[in-house]
Amino acid sequence: MLEVRDLACQRGEQPLFNGVSFDVSAGELLWVEGRNGSGKTSLLRILCGLSPAEAGTVRWRGESIHDAREALLHDTLFLAHANGLKDDLTVAENLRFDARLAGLHASAERIEAALRACGLRERRDLAVRYLSQGQRRRAALARLWMAESRKLWILDEPFAALDAESVDRLAAHLGAHLDAGGLAVLTTHQEVPLPAGRTRRLRLAH
Amino acid sequence: MALNWFKYSSPQTFYPLAGRLIPVFAVLAAVLGAVGLYIGFFVAPTDFQQGEAYRIIFIHVPAAWMSMFIYLVMAAWAALGLILNTRLSSMMATALAPTGAVMTFLALWTGSLWGKPMWGTWWAWDARMTSELILLFLYIGFMALQASIDDPRRADKAGAILALVGAVNVPIIYFSVKWWNTLHQGASISVGRSPSMASTMLLGMLVMALAYWMYSIAATLMRVRSIILERERNAQWVRDLAGAPA
Amino acid sequence: MWDAFVAVFARDVLQAWRRRADWLTSIFFFVIVVSLFPLGVGPEPALLRTMAPGVVWVAALLAAMLSLPRVFGSDFADGTLEQLVLTPHPLTVLVLAKMLAHWLLSGVPLALIAPVLGLQFGLEGGPVGVLFAALLLGTPCLSLIGGVGAALTLGVRGSGVLIALLVLPLYVPVLIFGAGAVEATVAGTGAAGHLSLLAAGLLIAIVLAPWAIAAALRIALE
Repeated sequence: MLEVRDLACQRGEQPLFNGVSFDVSAGELLWVEGRNGSGKTSLLRILCGLSPAEAGTVRWRGESIHDAREALLHDTLFLAHANGLKDDLTVAENLRFDARLAGLHASAERIEAALRACGLRERRDLAVRYLSQGQRRRAALARLWMAESRKLWILDEPFAALDAESVDRLAAHLGAHLDAGGLAVLTTHQEVPLPAGRTRRLRLAH
Repeated sequence: MALNWFKYSSPQTFYPLAGRLIPVFAVLAAVLGAVGLYIGFFVAPTDFQQGEAYRIIFIHVPAAWMSMFIYLVMAAWAALGLILNTRLSSMMATALAPTGAVMTFLALWTGSLWGKPMWGTWWAWDARMTSELILLFLYIGFMALQASIDDPRRADKAGAILALVGAVNVPIIYFSVKWWNTLHQGASISVGRSPSMASTMLLGMLVMALAYWMYSIAATLMRVRSIILERERNAQWVRDLAGAPA
Repeated sequence: MWDAFVAVFARDVLQAWRRRADWLTSIFFFVIVVSLFPLGVGPEPALLRTMAPGVVWVAALLAAMLSLPRVFGSDFADGTLEQLVLTPHPLTVLVLAKMLAHWLLSGVPLALIAPVLGLQFGLEGGPVGVLFAALLLGTPCLSLIGGVGAALTLGVRGSGVLIALLVLPLYVPVLIFGAGAVEATVAGTGAAGHLSLLAAGLLIAIVLAPWAIAAALRIALE
């Protein structure tokens, strides 16, 4: 469903990668590997249409993402390095606004369920500024428990700052997403139990 | 003269072309400037109201024309760069800005010199002068924005948006300043519309305007050439150029 | 789409409410700047009356500008701006919601306080009313035009000063018609012309500014 051909990217005058091609079909996960500065984040940002590629094409459901941007955005959930949470709002408020903005039509129960799944139920009314790094990451990840309707998950270092229990929970959730016919593209430096048999690796080298 | 524009829209092919064109425009600028100034200072008759001091309009008025015109040309290049994503168009916009600012400054400076004998003051809040001043601020804003963004591609695009917003605003600003000026009945002197204006005066101004045109083109091409070198310094053809004996 | 518009607006207002000190600062800035003028030029009532519209408007320009870096700055830093750009809704609409929130938080308070300052400068009832109306029409223009500057300078070195350089020249028509409306009322020629020109400017800004802001935001995120 996601087809990438001959993608090239440069930052400033520095070429990051060249000729990157891959396919991800329904029920598959692509694990993008590479050293710091090899262009992993840039690749993810190109995939969701935030940054332009130097050369090459990205197709989603057979259409170039530049021509069918809206279709891509309807299907995509992007979790960036930054958590996308407002410090002064509570965890629950953040999730509620987020869901409304993304058009996820999340009911109060679904938000509760997502909070419970991330182990943040007791922190729901706490302003994000009082959370630890790991808790913030979990609050950002709670979106994934409301985003079953989004087929393509693009996750930049989703496991960073998570404890072992949360890592397992997220890995299991990713598995369920793939089972339901979803796709995921993610980067991580950690050794994590990604769904076996359905995970492919892409190594970005200089 | 049928030029293949797409061939010359790449910096690499444009660079030598610009190099050949610069002397042509520079010579034309010098010759036309000399002719225009000669007409202005020796041929054109003395104005019966303003005496000899009026002769500064041969420098002032064409500079004011150019200052506004260059802003529009700059915005057009910037828009072209934004829409077609052609690097050379954006470089042209960047290269035009300093020339436009110089023209604006020249118009302000000579206007002030002219204002002293005419109005008895170095500066009057006259509609044209005030618009010119705001135009100078717009040029400075454009250059400051581009200078403070490190990534040239982002600088090009951000500058283009600013130039377009400015181009929409220039007529509104001009209109509002005129409106403000008539309400406050400030000192105003009509330039170039006085009935006593002889045809030699008009001729002198037109020749000077042409000279400015040629100068602007030459200066812009020179600046584009250095922008090209700076941005493409890692490209093979620039290295070959630098390595080759001059 | 409407739901997203309301969500963006409500989030910004709620966020600002939690951080009300930030917004109150620029309102006090406005009051202080206006109050300094009589100390600088002397308490001559006739002089103050002629200066009042210009002084209030210039202070409003500066105060509006002071609050601009916040509009997109914190969203840019915490990643919510990326999420905003990646929603399936038109970015122009969401941008309009943000500018509406900015106006409500920075423009409306200025318009509400200005009549008091006008009275301090010896303006009569009629001109004070026009000052209020002109600010109500003009401050949304300031927010929209300023939004372009704020979006263009996102993440740029020395963006605070740069915004001033970019935005203040573009504010000139608003200043002229806004202050002119009050002056015309004082002079007895009626402010209808000025106010309708302000309204026309507002319409142009509502139509064009969101496009420019949205384009500038996309560039900033590239």
